[in-house]
Order: sequence, then C-alpha cells, then structure tokens
Amino acid sequence: MADMISQAEMREKYLRKGMLPTIFCNGCGHGSSLDYTFRAIEELGLDLDDIVFASGIGCSSRIPGYINADGLHTTHGRSLAFATGVKAANPDLNVVVFSGDGDATGIGGNHFIHAARRNIDMTVIILNNFIYGMTGGQVAPTSPKGTIATTAPYGNLEGAFDISELAKSLGAAYVARWPVFYPQQPIKSIKDAISTRGFSLVELMSPCPTAYGRRNKLGNIKNLWDWYENNSVLAEEYDKIMNYGTDEEKAATINKIKIGVFQHTEKVGFFEAYEEQIKNLMANDDKKWGGV
Amino acid sequence: MRYELDPVRVRKILGNKKQFIMGDMAIAYGGLLAGVGFFGGYPITPASEVAEGMARMLPRAGGTFIQMEDEIASMAAIIGAAWSGTKTMTATSGPGFSLMMENYGYAIMTETPCVIANVQRTGPSTGQPTQGAQGDMLQTRWGSHGDMMAIALCPSTVQECLDMTIESFNLSEKYRHPVVLLADGEVGHLREKVVIPDVDEMELFERIEATVDKDKFIPYSESQTNPGSKVPDFPTFGSGYRSYVTGLTHNDMGFPATDKQPDHERLINRLVSKITDDREKLTDVEEIELEDAEVVFVTYGASARPAESAVRMARAKGIKAGMLRLKLVWPFPEKAIYDLSKKVNKIIVPEMSLGQMVHPIREFAAKDCEVIVAPKVGGVMHLPVELLEYLEEGA
Amino acid sequence: MIEILDDWCKGCEICVNRCPVQALEISEIMNKKGVRVPRLKAVNKCYQCRLCEQLCPDFAITVTKEEKEEGEEKECKLIIGGVCAD
Ligand SMILES: Cc1ncc(C[n+]2csc(CCOP(=O)(O)OP(=O)(O)O)c2C)c(N)n1
Ligand code: SF4
Ligand code: SF4
Ligand code: SF4
Ligand SMILES: [Mg+2]
Repeated sequence: MADMISQAEMREKYLRKGMLPTIFCNGCGHGSSLDYTFRAIEELGLDLDDIVFASGIGCSSRIPGYINADGLHTTHGRSLAFATGVKAANPDLNVVVFSGDGDATGIGGNHFIHAARRNIDMTVIILNNFIYGMTGGQVAPTSPKGTIATTAPYGNLEGAFDISELAKSLGAAYVARWPVFYPQQPIKSIKDAISTRGFSLVELMSPCPTAYGRRNKLGNIKNLWDWYENNSVLAEEYDKIMNYGTDEEKAATINKIKIGVFQHTEKVGFFEAYEEQIKNLMANDDKKWGGV
Repeated sequence: MRYELDPVRVRKILGNKKQFIMGDMAIAYGGLLAGVGFFGGYPITPASEVAEGMARMLPRAGGTFIQMEDEIASMAAIIGAAWSGTKTMTATSGPGFSLMMENYGYAIMTETPCVIANVQRTGPSTGQPTQGAQGDMLQTRWGSHGDMMAIALCPSTVQECLDMTIESFNLSEKYRHPVVLLADGEVGHLREKVVIPDVDEMELFERIEATVDKDKFIPYSESQTNPGSKVPDFPTFGSGYRSYVTGLTHNDMGFPATDKQPDHERLINRLVSKITDDREKLTDVEEIELEDAEVVFVTYGASARPAESAVRMARAKGIKAGMLRLKLVWPFPEKAIYDLSKKVNKIIVPEMSLGQMVHPIREFAAKDCEVIVAPKVGGVMHLPVELLEYLEEGA
Repeated sequence: MIEILDDWCKGCEICVNRCPVQALEISEIMNKKGVRVPRLKAVNKCYQCRLCEQLCPDFAITVTKEEKEEGEEKECKLIIGGVCAD
C-alpha cells in the first residue's frame, strides 16, 4: 500500500498540464474516479500512449480533458459510438469511456445497449449521480422515484434505470458498481474491466452535492457522502439478508442499492471476431487469385 | 495497426475495368479505391446499396464495416475511426442526414477528415423514400448550428459517383473537413457504364500527419510541416501526441476556451477560411454552349441531364441557350456565378425541390440578371421539353 | 507526513471526514481561493493509510512514509509549504 503512486507523482505523470483544477464543484465525487483510474493504470503497467479516453457531454464527461493522453470529448450521449470507431480502426488501442448517467442511459441509451450487445472491447466508467449535473439538476433516467429535480419539482414519478442490471442483462463481459468513497474496490474493478476482453462497465455512484444533494435535502457534503454509505449494501450481503434475515433486517435493506461485481466472464470481443473473419476472407481471395 | 489497405488487392476485388453498375455501387467503389478503412452506416433508401457494397467488399480488403444502430452512431463512429488514422465514410439520405447534423458539426469543429455520401431524397420527414430528389443542398451548408463552411460535390453520372467519391476523400484529407458527396436518388439508382481506374491512374491525397517534436506540437493552429497552410497536422491517436479533441471552443492547444471571445473568433475564422481562401481554386464547373449564350441553366446533379438535352433542343431552334453545371456546390462558386450573370440575361435553376441552390445563385448574380427556379417536386425528374419551355420563355 | 497542495484544495473536507482516526482538521491557513485548507492535527494518530490521498478529488494530498529514526517512534509531522512546522 505504501508503495502506491502518490497524488504528487500522478500530477506529473498522468494529469494534463494547465487543465487543473477541475471544473468539478466542491464535494463532487467525479474527481476521485480520476484518481482511481490512474492508480488502476499504474498497477496494470499500461502506457498512456496506448490508451484513448472518450466521453460525451456532462460534468463526468470532462474527465478525459484532465488526462495527459489521447482524448475524444464528443457529443452528448454518443461517446460509445465514437469509441467504437476508434477501436475499429486501431484495435491495438485500449479504449476507456467516461460517461454520466444521463449521457449513457438518457440520450445515449441506444448506443449503450448496442455497444454492450456487440461486445465491443472497451471499458466504460459511468459516474452515476442520479441527476443531470452539468445543466443544473434536471431529472435523469436514473433518478429514484420521488427525486426532486428542477424538471420534477413535485417529485419524480418515473421508474429509474439500474445501469448495472441493464448492462448485465445485455451480456456485458464485466459489470461492477461501487460508491466512489471506497478506493480499493473501484481501483480493482477498473483494473479488471480494462483487462477483461469485451465490453466492461464500472458504475461509480458519485455524489453531486450541487444539483442533487442540496435539492433532495441530503445535507452538506459530509452527509451526502454518508448517505451513499448508509444506503448501499454488498450484493452478497443483500441476498443473505433477503434469504435468511429477520423481517426488520429485510425492511432495512430492501431499498438499498446493491454494490459489488455483478458479472465477470470471458467472451471473444467483437473486433477479435472481425479480425478472424477478415483473415479468412483474405485467405480465400488469395487462394482464388493465387496471391495478390 | 491493421489498416494498411493494399490498393492492388482493392483493385482486384473490384474486378473488370469496365462495368455496368448503379451509382450507389460506384460510390462504394470510389471509397474503396480512395483507401477507406472503416465504413459505418445505417440502411436507408436510396443509399442502402452503398452500405451493402461496402459490407461485401470492405472486409475482403482488410477494412471494417459496421452497421451501426442509427445514423447518429454512424457519423460518430466514422469520426472516431478517423482519429485512429484511417480514411472513413458513411452513406445516407435525407432523414439520416438530418440525424447526422450534430456530429457533422462536431467533425467540422474538430477538423476530422471523413466522407458522407448523401444520396438525396425529399422531405420533410419521411417524404418519398423510394424517389430521388435534391432535398439537402442547403442543409449541407447550413444544417449545423453556428458558423461553418461546407465542402460538397454533386455527381451527374455514375462515373462521377465513382470519381467524385475519390475526390471527396482527397478534399477531406487536404482540408481536414467532412466532405459531403451530394448525389441524388436519380444518379444513385441509375445504371451506367463506368471505367474503373487502376492504381496508377489515381491521384490520392494522403493526410498530413504531425511529425514535429511532441513538446513543440500545436494541434489547432496552422500546419507545422506545411508552412502557410491553415490546416493543422493530424496527431493520430496512439502516435504519442496525446491530443485532446473536443467540440467545445478550444484554443490552439486544444484546451476548452468556451468563455474566451478572441479564441472563438480565431478558431471559427480559421475553420472557415481554410476552405474559403481556396474558393476559386476549388471551383469546378462544366460549361456548355456558354460563349454567346443569353439564357442559361445553372444546374447540378441529376437535373443537369435533362437540362443539357433542353439546351441542345433550344440551340436547334436557334435560341442562344447554355448551361453551367456545378460539380462542386460548396464552397459556393461565387465568382463563376457573378461572371456568368454579367454575360447572360437570365439564369434558370432546375431543381428537384421548390428551390434551394437558386438562393445562393441569386445572392451572387449581378443585379440586372434575372434568376429563377425551375422546380420539380414529387420524385420525378424534369423532362427536357419542360425545361425547353423555360428557355423559350427566357429567350 | 501529509503534504497538501494548498491551491488545488477546494475545501470539501472529505479527507477530514473520512480519515479513520480523525487525524486531520481544517486549519486557519487560507489558499489563494480563500479556502481554509486541512492539516494534520498537532496531536494525531495518522498511520499513513493513504485513504485521504486516494479520496481527494483534486489531487491535492500526498501522504509520505514517516522516516523512522533508529529506536524512536515519531508522531506524524505537519508540513506547511514543504517546511517542517511541528
Ligand atoms: C444534444 C444535447 N442535448 C442537451 C445538452 C445539454 N446537456 C449538457 S450536459 C447534460 C446532462 C449531463 O448529465 P450526465 O450525463 O448525468 O452528467 P453529469 O453532469 O451529471 O455528470 C445535458 C442535458 C447537450 N449538450 N447536447
Ligand atoms: S454539478 Fe454535480 S456533477 Fe457537476 S461538478 Fe457539480 S457536483 Fe459534480
Ligand atoms: S493517511 Fe490515513 S490516517 Fe493519515 S490522515 Fe490520511 S486518512 Fe488519516
Ligand atoms: S479532500 Fe482534497 S480538496 Fe477536499 S479538503 Fe481535503 S485536501 Fe482539500
Ligand atoms: Mg449525472
């Protein structure tokens, strides 16, 4: 642990000069995810020259701008489609996408489900704050029922997306969800996500004091961060309680957000399969023509 | 990197030198000959055959074809692929082109070379899916929000579908700009003879990649290897330049400068003038019977075909008719139109719409030259005799 | 030791609130944005777990290992602007 890279070293090695401080508000969880990503890259021994970071639009989507690597800050919701092209034209690149809950499951929901369905080899880190942060707190597809938002002033009536559950059902190779305030689990998950072939999702629940916490009376920064802690439960723990717990334990747990690693499989990535198909087609032509 | 496409292999895949093919297929051929390494598209009449041709041939050449989930994704994917260092292309028609608008603007803002073949139909909305028209002439120029310039070519024959696709790639690489091949459903679905160029018969412009020291590289300013060019050198992803590409207003170093008026002004002026500085060099027109003409058509695309017939018929009747065909419609050939308007009495613009290009033509024609549209809507082409009447009236 | 890049600190107090042994406190020192920045308490039980460093969303904290002198256990030092001030 003590040999872990320090923030002072990260400032030199990973941060893009001249871009910090971040635009994130005081108490925003998004910045921590940047720290975890660097630690994951460091522990994997990857070279920033071989990674492309893509994103859409939103506070969360500003992350690639702070990383001293190739970055593609695209249009709202479309980052996964852009990233698919990046990977298609150079499958040797590692592609990591940062997205927000609104970016990935609102305007970009269609791209999200298709990138997962195709099993495009990329890592998607979604910073879920249950709200449209950048535009000032409008309701998101992830906002829990009852959320007060500028566009749901009387309380949100819509059901919320469970992003990890969605990705899991789409057959994503790797799916995990963590709150941002436990460093070790997200770091490990980002490492595993990058190392897993195919489509990987790491959903980080990231407190947004400005646009979500304040309006939903979750108190100051400390209380908001604590709220996440008190309202999440390890998936395994959840199952145990639901199966064997007392009625009181069940009642105290049923509305909590499950966290943990939900899926971890090995599947041939789309571009691996594509490469194989190209090889066969070329070999066929070569046979037909007796060489090019 | 996988995408070193072998031009000899590509040429072999295409087959015989002379073929009888449809305009859409000629567009696919042109893309392959230009060296496209990635095609992302979504089916839409009358452009689907371009994607179908690519799906069949591109993987055999070593490139990647993906049918994306929609046109927004198609446009996004080709931009992403361009940044990984390959030539990229999509094909669509009206409704799909409308969906591409936001990312088309993104490609302009980020100076991403790529080609959009738009085999046009009409609208608004779904309109007449199976009929050709010329519905996106102005959307190409003005469709994205904010200030922008467009580069667009209009083929009138199947051969031009092939040749102009190659030219579209050359221009997009040269100016680092998304280039639109504005075909129409008529030429797209027309079958004609084409002659397929061999590898040594083509001139291809290859992207100027960044080569300066990484710590001296300026990603969004004038070229550092090609002095005087307003087109910056391209820092391909993975080549170590670690560039940040954003649709936000950015400064020369690529950093967001959204609240900096001088940065925005400098950026936008460069994005536009890198193209408009070359407006006259880019102008590409065909002149027919113009020497002594008094009444003329200014045409483009499929409508040039009946228009040319009408000019011949009028000449046989002794009418001093002529025609100027715009092969490149954007950036608009302002001087060519002004010069023409000084020589003739009347300009008639046959269009498969209620009139789109007639507007810039009127804008740049001298004030004593009358400019009118000869509209034809409903998914059919003008008949030469209909257009002859316009010439007779104008004479 | 805990080094804090004062001018990058936004004052969220996440480090202070999450330290498992409450070793940090908000000090009287103001950075150039007018934010009062955290420091180790004069007496503290910091054991260099580095949680505060990993959580800091603004890359402002670096925890360095205490140099232990032969035979003696030292408390954490408070460093201001790189100068030892404890
Ligand atoms: C096409 C389009 N529609 C709307 C917007 C405005 N917009 C910018 S960010 C945003 C919401 C982002 O929310 P989320 O993805 O959850 O990110 P957060 O800011 O919460 O991190 C919206 C609606 C836009 N930029 N583009
Ligand atoms: S608005 Fe919310 S998500 Fe955006 S930077 Fe502020 S706290 Fe973070
Ligand atoms: S290193 Fe650990 S113990 Fe020391 S101040 Fe930071 S969080 Fe507290
Ligand atoms: S976590 Fe970082 S930004 Fe927040 S108060 Fe501590 S040092 Fe300052
Ligand atoms: Mg959000």
